[in-house]
Amino acid sequence: MSERKPLLEVDNVTLRFGGVVALNQVNFTLYEGEILGLIGPNGAGKTTCFNAMTGVYLPTEGQIRFKGEQVSGKKRNKITKMGMARTFQNIRLFPEMTALENVLVGADAHNTTSVPTALLRLPKHWREERQSRARGLELLDFVGITGRSDDQARNLSYGDQRRLEIARALATNPALLCLDEPAAGFNPAEKVALLELIKKIRDSGVTVLLIEHDMRLVMGVTDRIVVLEFGKKIAEGTPEEVRDNPKVVAAYLGVPDAA
Amino acid sequence: MTTDTIKKQRRGLHLGNRFRALPKSARIAALIAFVVLLYVLPVKGFYENLGLPIPAGDGYLPLYTTRSDMANVLFQCGYYILLALGLNVVLGYAGLLDLGFFGFFAVGAYTVALLTSPDSKLITEYNWLESPWPWLVTVPIAVALAMLSGVLLGWPTLRLRGDYLAIVTLGFAEIIRIVAKNQDWILNGDRGIPSVAHPPGTWSDGSPIFGIIDWSPYYWLVLTVIILVIFLIRNLANSRVGRAWVAIREDEDAAELMGVSTFKFKLWAFAIGAAIGGLSGSLWAGQANFVNSATFSLENSILVLAAVVLGGAGSIGGAILGGFLVIYVPEWLRSVGDVFGWPDSVEVFGVHIDVSPTSLRFVIFGALLIVVMIYRPQGLWPNRRRAAELKDRQKEVAPVE
Ligand SMILES: Nc1ncnc2c1ncn2[C@@H]1O[C@H](COP(=O)(O)OP(=O)(O)OP(=O)(O)O)[C@@H](O)[C@H]1O
Ligand SMILES: [Mg+2]
Repeated sequence: MSERKPLLEVDNVTLRFGGVVALNQVNFTLYEGEILGLIGPNGAGKTTCFNAMTGVYLPTEGQIRFKGEQVSGKKRNKITKMGMARTFQNIRLFPEMTALENVLVGADAHNTTSVPTALLRLPKHWREERQSRARGLELLDFVGITGRSDDQARNLSYGDQRRLEIARALATNPALLCLDEPAAGFNPAEKVALLELIKKIRDSGVTVLLIEHDMRLVMGVTDRIVVLEFGKKIAEGTPEEVRDNPKVVAAYLGVPDAA
Repeated sequence: MTTDTIKKQRRGLHLGNRFRALPKSARIAALIAFVVLLYVLPVKGFYENLGLPIPAGDGYLPLYTTRSDMANVLFQCGYYILLALGLNVVLGYAGLLDLGFFGFFAVGAYTVALLTSPDSKLITEYNWLESPWPWLVTVPIAVALAMLSGVLLGWPTLRLRGDYLAIVTLGFAEIIRIVAKNQDWILNGDRGIPSVAHPPGTWSDGSPIFGIIDWSPYYWLVLTVIILVIFLIRNLANSRVGRAWVAIREDEDAAELMGVSTFKFKLWAFAIGAAIGGLSGSLWAGQANFVNSATFSLENSILVLAAVVLGGAGSIGGAILGGFLVIYVPEWLRSVGDVFGWPDSVEVFGVHIDVSPTSLRFVIFGALLIVVMIYRPQGLWPNRRRAAELKDRQKEVAPVE
């Protein structure tokens, strides 16, 4: 861990919604190959942080750099193509598309078939279609929903929909995968399976940023943790350090500023 | 879950599924037979051989119209089907509400008229052209100009969401009509442009194929174009482009965050729709011989929209059915009206009121649309995916969280 390469740098980011300060001078760095947990009580600004990173919102102040390049102000689809992919706290699949088609939309991020090529069915269309389909099926298999490829996304079980969102995000071939509460609503067995999946994703060379409420899950899988409360970063460190940090304990137990 | 299985069983009985279950060779044979049938529809001998009263003759048969020339009605159906196919790309696939689609038809028609008529002011006043161009040469120009106007219209508006597009497109079609009506310097107002060229070709006896008496060749031409357009649209729908359109329609934010260049693909949808609209206009102008502003009333845009919605947005079959119905049913009702002695106009207190089915078609379709939207909001021949989508429309407008 001596020569760690920063992948994502959140640099003094402030984001206001009118009077609400959703992020207040937040700083943290994500290094290549790690799993970073982003935790905090409800309304702490975790999802807002994802939204700022992926271009949904423009930070009021500060900078976000990905692979050393500034992302704020870039188009959302460009940011995705740079290698940042995400899932959503409220599942946002394309409900009437099949599971495979959902993943194909992700894979299309790096395909270049456009109207003339598709219109005339040029070889590139067939090649990309074939490659994307193979990759899509592979990813469905990878996240554990083999055999559901032709089912409409809306007909999948809740857990399978969450897994499909991960597959769709992975199809964009990301360097960084941002998961927004992927275990929400899961039972303990499903959580264990998800934990394994997240480790598998990291082992395949993808850096992971994980928002999660379940402390045991976060402690079990992350290398480091950043804690937000009311838009401010209140702690950062290894799971052990964070767990023993009185500020974090206070934030989670609701004790008014025990530190 | 039980309702789901019941639905599945019911769907199993569906005609479309049965057709899909046939072996491929049988499907192709059926399709070819159907296409051949379409081509012989205006041939009088076809009806005689079947022992049916011939079109435009005496007698009444519900399946075809007997009062007007069959080929004439079929040609009109044809260019409306083409319009519906174009709007279907915009509205059905990409989910963009275009209320002024007929504007592109007008661009196509006027382009052909201006370039092919010897009375065009481009020739008589401005000397831009030395002599009129042949029809065939002007069609690609008409399509390109319609496409260009689609791009120019979409460029500023497609970045916005929601109702802006509907309003701007509505304005576009009206502006074209009003400009055409009121200015004199080129489109010649209500006096219009006469002597527009017909498509090329002569029979072996030297008479032109595309004349003014027999409409059948025009119908065959538009039918051929429709088949070609369907083929191309299907290629797009089953590709990266079609997936991007559906993704945009289903959840534009999520699509963008998955790497879809939403603006680019919306603009493509708009441009392709416009091109097909312009193509339809140029085919129409090639038959009409005379183009003036009266052809491009707002009603026509609404009629195309009704065709797509009635048939089932997002479905090629639906667009065809819808485009056919909005022209054919009023024509057909006219024959029915004849049989039952329905008058073309009635006199109320000395005022003549036009009550012919053609004039009443907006009333008829208004009522029909309401009924269809209540009992079958997905349209008569829906795209299955789109049908299900309408059901969970409510859930769709959640913020990115
Ligand atoms: N679009 C918005 N407009 C106004 N306020 C917003 C908006 N989005 C988020 N907020 C506010 O910003 C704050 C942070 O919200 P955010 O959704 O980021 O919290 P979170 O940490 O993800 O919480 P949770 O654990 O409940 O998902 C909240 O007070 C929220 O109300
Ligand atoms: Mg959240």
